Amino acid sequence: MNGDDDRVFRALADPTRRHLLDRLFERDGRTLTELESKLEMTRFGVMKHLRVLEEAGLVVARRSGREKLHYLNPVPIRLIHDRWIDKYTERRVSALAELKTELEEPA
Amino acid sequence: MTTMTATATQVYQVFIKATPEAIWDAITKPEFTQRYFYGSRADYELRPGGALRSYAGDSDTLLVDGEFVEVDAPRKLVHTWRALYDPDLAAEEPSRVTWEIEPQDGGFSKLTVVHDRLEGAPKTAESVSGEGWMMVLSGMKTLLETGEPLASA
Repeated sequence: MNGDDDRVFRALADPTRRHLLDRLFERDGRTLTELESKLEMTRFGVMKHLRVLEEAGLVVARRSGREKLHYLNPVPIRLIHDRWIDKYTERRVSALAELKTELEEPA
Repeated sequence: MTTMTATATQVYQVFIKATPEAIWDAITKPEFTQRYFYGSRADYELRPGGALRSYAGDSDTLLVDGEFVEVDAPRKLVHTWRALYDPDLAAEEPSRVTWEIEPQDGGFSKLTVVHDRLEGAPKTAESVSGEGWMMVLSGMKTLLETGEPLASA
């Protein structure tokens, strides 16, 4: 979606939201209660931040029995990578491949 | 660099400008899977209890096999997953993959992939995490939206 990148960057432009993603990166599939435990913030405040992350697609909430678990979804960040970085990675890889060929060529 | 601990449940989600039917075809038909799913060729018996076989390109080397649990075109597909591309992974217990497709506004669909029941397959969990499913989903999105496979896929 065109507005997708906007939402991703807006969601990432906040230290609390980046902290929440860090927590999920350490261990995925956490409840709201676990996520709010290390934050000096009301439950409502944490919910609001999670909502922004969900709307940006960076967090996906799934029901598991009675619990609602939050998962880090890295795909939107991957798409940003594909947009700007991928072609450079490829170039570097091919440059390394050329270097290898050159070095391995008998003198 | 710290790496993500591969957990027993992994969730991936992507919005794709395509109909649920087109996404269903991309998941299930070999002419699509060969272009975004690590070159694998899908050979799927799409019915509960049917076999899932995924081959390496045109060869008869099996990369993944499994069994379909739920087949609800074009909304939901559930199957077991046994990675055979590495003997260490092949020795682990089968895990489960759920594909969910939900139509959205503006011609978009939301595709969610849940890979779970990975408790008995920690090496498989590591193998599919990070780049694993991400490459598949970003590759599928690029293919369906532009008609071209990802340059690096």
